[in-house]
Amino acid sequence: MTYLAKPKFHHPDLPKNALGFTHRDYEGSVSTLCAGCGHDSITGALIQTFFELSIEPHRVAKISGIGCSSKTPTYFLGNSHGFNSVHGRMPSVLTGANLANRDLIYLGVSGDGDSASIGFGQFAHAIRRGVNMTYIVENNGVYGLTKGQFSATADRGSKSKRGVTNTDNSIDLVAIALQLGATYVARSFSGDKQQLVPILKGAIEHKGAAFIDVISPCIAFNNHAGSTKSFDYVREHNEAVNRLDFISGRAPIEINYDPGTVQIVEQHDGSKLALRKIDADYDVNDRTAAMGFLQRHAAGGQIVTGLLYVESEASDLHTHLSTVERPLNQLGEQDLCPGSTALAKINAALR
Amino acid sequence: MPAPRPISSVNDFVIRFANVNGSGSASANEMFARAVMRMGVPVSPRNIFPSNIQGLPTWYEVRVTEAGHLGARGGVDMMVAMNPQTFDKDVAMIEPGGYLFYDSTKPIPAGKFRDDITVIGVPLTAICNSEYSDPRQRQLFKNIIYLGVLSALLDMEPAVLEALIGEQYKSKEKLIQPNVHALHLGRDYALKNLKCPLGLTVKRADKVGDMIFVEGNSAAALGAVYGGATVCAWYPITPSSSLADAFTKHCGKLRVDPQTKKARYAIVQAEDELASIGMVIGAGWNGARAFTATSGPGISLMSEFIGLSYFAEIPAVIFNVQRAGPSTGMPTRTQQCDLISCAYASHGDTKHVLLFPEDPHEAFEFGAQAFDLADRLQTTIFVMLDLDIGMNHRLCRPFRWDDSRRYDRGKVMTAAELDSGRDFGRYLDVDGDGIPYRTYPGTHPTKGSFFTRGTSRDRYARYTEEGPPYVDNMQRLLRKFETAKDMVPRPLTANAGKPTKFGVIYYGSTAPAMDEAIDMLEARGHHIDRMRVRAFPFHSSVPSFLADHDFVFVVEQNRDAQLRSLIVNECNVDPVRLVPVLHFDGTPITARFIAKTIGERIDTLHGKPAVVS
Repeated sequence: MTYLAKPKFHHPDLPKNALGFTHRDYEGSVSTLCAGCGHDSITGALIQTFFELSIEPHRVAKISGIGCSSKTPTYFLGNSHGFNSVHGRMPSVLTGANLANRDLIYLGVSGDGDSASIGFGQFAHAIRRGVNMTYIVENNGVYGLTKGQFSATADRGSKSKRGVTNTDNSIDLVAIALQLGATYVARSFSGDKQQLVPILKGAIEHKGAAFIDVISPCIAFNNHAGSTKSFDYVREHNEAVNRLDFISGRAPIEINYDPGTVQIVEQHDGSKLALRKIDADYDVNDRTAAMGFLQRHAAGGQIVTGLLYVESEASDLHTHLSTVERPLNQLGEQDLCPGSTALAKINAALR
Repeated sequence: MPAPRPISSVNDFVIRFANVNGSGSASANEMFARAVMRMGVPVSPRNIFPSNIQGLPTWYEVRVTEAGHLGARGGVDMMVAMNPQTFDKDVAMIEPGGYLFYDSTKPIPAGKFRDDITVIGVPLTAICNSEYSDPRQRQLFKNIIYLGVLSALLDMEPAVLEALIGEQYKSKEKLIQPNVHALHLGRDYALKNLKCPLGLTVKRADKVGDMIFVEGNSAAALGAVYGGATVCAWYPITPSSSLADAFTKHCGKLRVDPQTKKARYAIVQAEDELASIGMVIGAGWNGARAFTATSGPGISLMSEFIGLSYFAEIPAVIFNVQRAGPSTGMPTRTQQCDLISCAYASHGDTKHVLLFPEDPHEAFEFGAQAFDLADRLQTTIFVMLDLDIGMNHRLCRPFRWDDSRRYDRGKVMTAAELDSGRDFGRYLDVDGDGIPYRTYPGTHPTKGSFFTRGTSRDRYARYTEEGPPYVDNMQRLLRKFETAKDMVPRPLTANAGKPTKFGVIYYGSTAPAMDEAIDMLEARGHHIDRMRVRAFPFHSSVPSFLADHDFVFVVEQNRDAQLRSLIVNECNVDPVRLVPVLHFDGTPITARFIAKTIGERIDTLHGKPAVVS
């Protein structure tokens, strides 16, 4: 239970990152999700990501909506501020937080119910505004907390645990994110940390709206035969477009890949994404091609994973609004209040 | 029946302009109001307009009032009837002995007029058609021509109007001369062909002093600028949209970094009201001063988030420019109808702070103060405007600001305080006032972080579904609400000339009509003590005022006596002693209505038969 404190003993030989923090410094309280939940694997990937990136935990703001996925921010980065807000409304809360302080790293954690149903509108609008954030949907195609109803990402024809067939079309949030102008779009699988961690790293370093759909089987309600979000189904139907390596701009690492199969993408902060290509034709900078690629494979029953699109020189909402560099929450009277002399002029103009 | 004598009045009459929406009349009509004001005579103008862009009837009413009665009066002494669609109704509205001014280009059958009014016909269209060939000019200059006619009929100083034209077209100088020409076209026609002046005249006075003439929405937005708001997220809805527009305009002038030209503010037009308040709450959580502007339907949509703000204790400011509901109601008509929906907004046990400005001056004051209160009390503060204050120019005291004033950012624990070993519990009541400390995200690498949630938690923000910590927290929120009573603007009282068992409580835009009604009631021998409530929760002086009077009238602009309900609910008073006086047809309340209603009630309470008037 989350109110049980996790023991804080550290093994003296635990590896430390550039800041001197261990892996344990990026953990939160003990997960209350079901044993084996895909979401816990994503939590593990996030812990590894922030540890390896050597980001101070308190520089991260974790914001979520409501649902199983939205509970997870309690389970990582215990020294970060977190906000478990309102169902489907994480994007607006995150947008406001981001406007207040552009210097923090914003991690939005949501689920398929939270983002594809009740919060579909907010998802869409935060993406199209280009809010600088990493928006993760922990996608299991099902409402877990309310015992197994279909969500809007459940595929048509898939079966619920009770044997009901879903007759509604599904929403592919990745396709929508591409269409709405997200500047970093990826899909991964909770069971594939090798792929997920570099994708997360790239997203966090990305300056703009980064969207990651992580298929995350619900072992309680959506891991049976007939489900298209089960471990077995996803493993069998996964089409990875690329394998990703992340090279931080702060600490460049020599890479040595076969030049014919590696594409380096440099982001605004100097960090580099090395894409080991599986599909030789895949161009990660072509939004239109990414949309077509996605649709073609979906029609063939394949789930495309990997980094699908990245715009290296993306801009964000603060750029669009031309806000000052200093975070708005740090401005004081001298910056904000025009004072009595200006007011006297305003009064004079109103007579 | 003999025809009544034509109304004769200097500096005290109501003139109404009946126009077609989108015909460009608004600026000419506003210029008329300003001209009267520049002659030192207070005016109180009101727009009466449909929820429409072009083609429907619209009215602009100006009360010329040397005595400074700025509430709506009721009745029309002179009608400028420029809209054939509404002609019959407009003519019917004129007080006996009043005046009708119309465009006589097309003959109108005699049966359309009344024999108890003075009819003034001017062939405005014919004058325009002979002077101008461009149809757009014909329309626009027609408005200025009738201003010229009025200046002669009402004996106004043409130089004042000329100066206003000069100011209006300061940046488009070539438009000044043609407008001045059009003004004199009308004025000269009137002087040559009509009996000037009429019984109604404007005479130079000195009753305006240093007062300013401004819309409440603009004033509230300026208050937000002075109060340090940096994030505005909003969704368009009448009658609040002009508040966000004004904030944008003010910030463009007052909040741009002089060196970098970058904005010290962020304004987002959200996808809906849920997103607007979500952004405000996200920004407030992260330590920025944030607000939204909306109206009743927006409050309904925001309710879930308002509950989060209450329970998770996040500062937010909502300007609610009220309009007549329920549902879409009358979106362009005024009411004070969202008191209960705001005071107790959201599911579960909630109570919120409301401020009731009476005019643009207070809209500015409360607009700035709301941000201090939100930070101090860590909750949502509602600034309750209405269409009557928000969208009309109102003459009011000038804005003022004390440069030594500092923002009250409330109880925020800093990194240094955390390092000094101070105990931090997000929901710990260390001072006994119900207000806990908070930290901004990003404050300290290892101390002071907490998890914000709408779910119950203990004093250290740890999730719990146990009963005792839940109750402990809910009781603390009540203590905080008690604390708020001494922080919000206090009620203002004014005693009658003689001791009386009657009191009256009122608030917001009712104020000018109430003040005038008191004079009318005094003249009839009814003495009533007054209390203008300026905030909810109620200060302790409210129950004292109730205790000091046998009967208290509660005057409001809604059907369900919403302030009265709040008083009954929160002040433990016998409802029989609170007599509702309710006006809710969408028009602003008038002194005539208040005086008549209260007068009748007092007569009834004294056992006298009601006087039929």
